[in-house]
Amino acid sequence: MADAIISTRHLVKIYKMGDLEVHALRGIDMEIRKSDFVAIMGKSGSGKSTFMNIVGCLDVPTRGDYFLDGVDVGKMNKDQLAQLRNNKIGFVFQSFNLLSRTSALENVELPLMYNSKVSSHALREKAMNALESVGLADRSHHLPNQLSGGEQQRVAIARALVNDPVVILADEPTGNLDTRTSVEVMAIFQQLNKKGITVVIVTHEPDIAAYTNRNVSFRDGRILKDLQVEHPRKASDELLLIPVISEEETI
Amino acid sequence: MKLKNQLKAAIRSLSKNKMRTFLTMLGIIIGVASVIAMLAIGQGSKESIQAQISNLGTNLLTIFPSASMTGGVRMEAGSSVRLTLDDYKAVADRCPAVMYSTPTVRTSGQLIAGSQNWRTSVWGVYPDYFDIRNLTIQSGTIFTVAEDRSASKVCVIGQTVAKYLFGEGVDPVGKQIRINKIPFLVTGLITAKGQNAFGQDQDDIVIAPFTTVQERMLTITYINSIMVSATTEKMIPEATDEITQVLKERHRLGPSEDPDFTIRSQADIANAATATSGILTILLASIASISLLVGGIGIMNIMLVSVTERTREIGIRMGVGARGRDVLLQFLIEALMISLIGGIIGVGLGILTSEVIAGIMKWPVTITLQSIILSFLFSTAIWIFFGWYPARKAASLNPIDALRYE
Repeated sequence: MADAIISTRHLVKIYKMGDLEVHALRGIDMEIRKSDFVAIMGKSGSGKSTFMNIVGCLDVPTRGDYFLDGVDVGKMNKDQLAQLRNNKIGFVFQSFNLLSRTSALENVELPLMYNSKVSSHALREKAMNALESVGLADRSHHLPNQLSGGEQQRVAIARALVNDPVVILADEPTGNLDTRTSVEVMAIFQQLNKKGITVVIVTHEPDIAAYTNRNVSFRDGRILKDLQVEHPRKASDELLLIPVISEEETI
Repeated sequence: MKLKNQLKAAIRSLSKNKMRTFLTMLGIIIGVASVIAMLAIGQGSKESIQAQISNLGTNLLTIFPSASMTGGVRMEAGSSVRLTLDDYKAVADRCPAVMYSTPTVRTSGQLIAGSQNWRTSVWGVYPDYFDIRNLTIQSGTIFTVAEDRSASKVCVIGQTVAKYLFGEGVDPVGKQIRINKIPFLVTGLITAKGQNAFGQDQDDIVIAPFTTVQERMLTITYINSIMVSATTEKMIPEATDEITQVLKERHRLGPSEDPDFTIRSQADIANAATATSGILTILLASIASISLLVGGIGIMNIMLVSVTERTREIGIRMGVGARGRDVLLQFLIEALMISLIGGIIGVGLGILTSEVIAGIMKWPVTITLQSIILSFLFSTAIWIFFGWYPARKAASLNPIDALRYE
């Protein structure tokens, strides 16, 4: 398919734990088109996180091919993979993974510092714009431990999109958040997707998956179902109906 | 990653974690400071012991004429062959292993000052004699070369002489004495040296210019002996060879003939000095290596813990696009900054500690440049190795493994 951003063929991942071989992925063929919003679902141990890590170039498959934006990732060395993670991928983790004792703004600047195309002059401005787009411009100088879980995750999202990636990957982005913040985060993803950014999230909650356009279910390292969502839920509308419990909620 | 960003990242990371930065820096500071202080004390002791030994005149050589033999009976030394001032000049000019040298003439004299008198030996020497014998002047001055040339009637006296002629605690400088009825001006008082190894009082002496004693008092043309000091203790054999060669040549003796002079050195003292110096060097080296080892282990522990703790940070950085070498470079820059700042503080603290020890314990300390460089380089090397090695291990992981690291 010509407009596929992500395309995998027979992706296999085997973890070796001593003598034991764990087959995390047993041959995944998947294509994700540009501007798609995909939720990858499955129970823990189904291989969805492993798949996500490989797609995010954080891990390498044991066998199989993976093309990202037309590039054969399997042929890349470690440095080129780092370049890919920097330029083409924005990754959002379940546990946020922000640098501690580092302000929100500096956390967002981090990917720009590893991007040689960005001048140090433009660095701060781009980071500020990214923070603005997740609605945290006024908290740019707060440290992670001064931010609520939802705010931390929004900083992580700003960091993911600051280098204008072709795809944003989020591994259980709402796993550590309460219901209302989860919806807030999903609203941001929907908003980004509306601007044309491809978003792939991993979740085990059908509620969260309902905000996306396409649900892919994994089981035991294989794709079980791949369904289009007819009428995705609108996070921004629902947000108005959920009462605000407290302003400064933390986990 | 650009170097500018790299520097920025390193500075940020150091200033964000002030406690960690301080603790790691403390390792370097203590390592460097302890090595410098230990070595300063050791080196100071070594030098003070060596100075005391060389005070005994370890590199001193005395050249006497040999005793002649007439009909199987050995005569008094110097009875037939005599050393001359030209012999002295040849030794002084043509022996590079000789540092200081002087001809000597000696007589005994009756000293009179006011109503007091005292009998002692009077030496006629060049000013070099004071350097050869490690004599220092407590008050006044040594006579000069010019005073020697003009055979001036000046002299320097020892403490014992001063005590008997002028009484205890009186400064004799500027006073007149008569030696064998010739009036002399006292220009200096020699610092007390006490008894030598053979129980002789080294302060019972009058030293006057060579020419004055030779021409005015003795009216002789020969000299009693030549005294020289070798440049170092190790150069004594070489100096002996050079002097033997020069004097044999002057006395027209073939290489196989016995010399008509004797060179006497303080071989036992010199051997003791060499042995002591060797022991002290070993002692110093072991002190230095133990301090470096202890300092090194401290640095190592802090670094291993700190980098292990930072594996997750390395994972985050790689996750957003840092290459392995970006991470390593950042660690290297951080390591260099910490070692540099910590090293400088350590050097300062080390010098301060040494000075405090010197002040409070009255212990001689000598800070050498080598000890500073040694401790600095060693601590930096340990720092970089134990900071760099785990960082390299973390950077070679898949990012996801570094992120999952607990």
